[in-house]
Amino acid sequence: MSRLCCALLLIGLGLSQTALAGNAPPVRVGSKAFTESVILAEIVAHLAEDSGLEVEHVEGLGGTRLLWEALLAGQIDVYPEYTGTLSEEIFAGADVRGVTALRAKLAEFDLRMTDPLGFNNTYVIGMKEQLAAELGINSISNLRDHPDLTLRFSNEFMKRADGWDALAQRYQLPQRDVRGLEHALAHEALDRGVIQVTDLYATDAKIRKLRLHRLADDLGHFPQYHAVFVYRAELKQRAPQLVAAFCSLANTIDETAMMNLNARVELDGESESRVAAEFLADTRGIQTRVRDQSVARDIARYTVEHLNMVAVSLCAAILVAIPLGIIAARKAQLAQPILGVVGVIQTIPAIALLVLLIRPVSYFSDELGYPQAVVALFLYSLLPIVRNTHAGLRGISPQLQESAVALGLPPWVRLWRIELPLASRMILAGIKTAAVINVGFATLGGFIGAGGYGEPIFTGIRLNDYGMIMQGAIPAAALALVVQGLFELIDRVAVPRGLRLKQVE
Amino acid sequence: MPGSAWNVFELQGISKRFGPVEALRALDLTIKPGKTTVLIGPSGCGKSTLLRLMIGLVRPDTGEIRFEGQILTPDNALLLRRQMGYVIQDGGLFPHLTARGNAALMARYLGWDAQRIATRLNELIELTDFPADGLDRYPAQLSGGQRQRVSLMRALMLDPDVLLMDEPLGALDPMIRNTLQAELRSIFRTLGKTVVMVTHDLGEAGYFGDAIVLMRSGRIVQHGSFGDLLDSPADAFVTEFVNAQRSPVEASKGEER
Repeated sequence: MSRLCCALLLIGLGLSQTALAGNAPPVRVGSKAFTESVILAEIVAHLAEDSGLEVEHVEGLGGTRLLWEALLAGQIDVYPEYTGTLSEEIFAGADVRGVTALRAKLAEFDLRMTDPLGFNNTYVIGMKEQLAAELGINSISNLRDHPDLTLRFSNEFMKRADGWDALAQRYQLPQRDVRGLEHALAHEALDRGVIQVTDLYATDAKIRKLRLHRLADDLGHFPQYHAVFVYRAELKQRAPQLVAAFCSLANTIDETAMMNLNARVELDGESESRVAAEFLADTRGIQTRVRDQSVARDIARYTVEHLNMVAVSLCAAILVAIPLGIIAARKAQLAQPILGVVGVIQTIPAIALLVLLIRPVSYFSDELGYPQAVVALFLYSLLPIVRNTHAGLRGISPQLQESAVALGLPPWVRLWRIELPLASRMILAGIKTAAVINVGFATLGGFIGAGGYGEPIFTGIRLNDYGMIMQGAIPAAALALVVQGLFELIDRVAVPRGLRLKQVE
Repeated sequence: MPGSAWNVFELQGISKRFGPVEALRALDLTIKPGKTTVLIGPSGCGKSTLLRLMIGLVRPDTGEIRFEGQILTPDNALLLRRQMGYVIQDGGLFPHLTARGNAALMARYLGWDAQRIATRLNELIELTDFPADGLDRYPAQLSGGQRQRVSLMRALMLDPDVLLMDEPLGALDPMIRNTLQAELRSIFRTLGKTVVMVTHDLGEAGYFGDAIVLMRSGRIVQHGSFGDLLDSPADAFVTEFVNAQRSPVEASKGEER
């Protein structure tokens, strides 16, 4: 048992050493988990490289809050954002609208914002180009003259405050039989002519694929989602050239240009890095090295990263959870508080926990991704181990406990020689549960750029690439089985033989 | 005389309550050295509690317990226990240790060398008639009788001054029980140790006991020899208890006549 812990710990420390080795790069760019955000961040990354800076792109983070917290904590320096998201999500309720107001508000956080890049990635109403031309429809207002058209919108759009109901009222649209539909189904139906009108994002690659016409929002109904870069004020001192370079992108990318960049990734299968590099080469003659991040990744690297996260977090959890379980078993008045706290941790959703961890973790690591993922996995691993240690120790028969006392063994020796071995099977079962759950949970590392099997899974989801999803999902499932099997073997070594025998008589 | 080194145990004014249940009520008892004392009585009379008090597994609410003249306290219990051997009904053997591991556990903790342990184990397997090749078996691989022998070896390993036994034969079937009774009595005679044994079987009490302590509802009703119990019962309960335990064989013989 103790030998096992030591071995796991050594593996964990070894792996974490390799992971923590090397100095943090001076510039870190973040991006959200969708193509456009990754492309824009890649453009910044290439610009940084062009200014001779070392750069890291923490790609495809799982939510606006994650990026915002990471930016505030200094774990990323810059990321692409939308004015609408800043107003409606980050400063929700504060009524901060328009570039000037946003700039003032961001300054309170020591943050800066570029001018809009030139496209407004808001909702658009789209219909087939050909049909739009036939019917002479150019704007949403024109829909008033065509009450027979079939309109189907995404479920999300049907529910939004600025969605269908508000739109219909604003434009006095006559269509009545309007319902929600799954996004992908809506696009399919549109392509086949079953429906004629649906909602999209202004730079959606499908606009090119389905040959759609964007109807002008002539009454200005939809909120403005202008793309900008948000960055830390101190970056201007640290990398003035880079800041000047990405600020100069303002007003250079319109909806169609951005849509085409998206389409090259999503429809033509090019990497974001290549698309970004070629964009810079074409528009400003900047030549940079293409970092084929999203293509030439191999399963071996995911495996090492994944195992690393699982091993380090599990070892730390074992070292903390077993003593906690022992305390809970020994001190009845501490049992409920301990089990309660580790139980509550389990109920925190993963993404929320990752967001919550960004700031505390930033005090001891300026890296984003790996440390937060490991701490989250560590916290999730506590419950099964603490609970099983507690139950295993409490489950020892009173006769055996008293026999040990009656022999005259001191408490520590009783714990080490009698109670822990007797509880070993339960404790090991708890560790096994934690390990298997951990292998699954570690895919969530993909949310915050921690690598592992989550990386291809989340990239695959973003690119709608099932092959890539499977590259992560299949090894993750296989690894869970391997870990399960490994623990069956460990069971034979770590559980004393006498406990595995059946009573003969 | 209190505190006399001549008495193994001296209990004075011992009472113990478990919630609403008064397990022992202001009880005095002296255990003389070299004798086998049997604690007997109906279920719930407090006999097991009394034994557990002597080894410090239970603390009395009032009164004090002296072991070889020293007052038993939580602080010295750990050391004093090493002068006591304790055997319980199902043996209380640790399933993760072999017979040898169980018997030698305390000696190893106290740092005995391998030679000394081996010598002592050899003496004990001879004394208890335990097969030498059984030492490397785990409790799950031993029969009930063998497990009790290992339990006895474990209790005797450090050559304690006193053996405390809580229904040591209670879980065995009658044939093995009979054999082991005879062996156990001869072991007690050989060693000349002080033994305190709990049983609910009057025949067993008479077979082992130099002195018998009959208990009822946390009090001692009579303390004397087996003959005293039969010939001069202290009260009606003693007679009733003795009659109730008359051998069923004897009883059915009586009916035939």
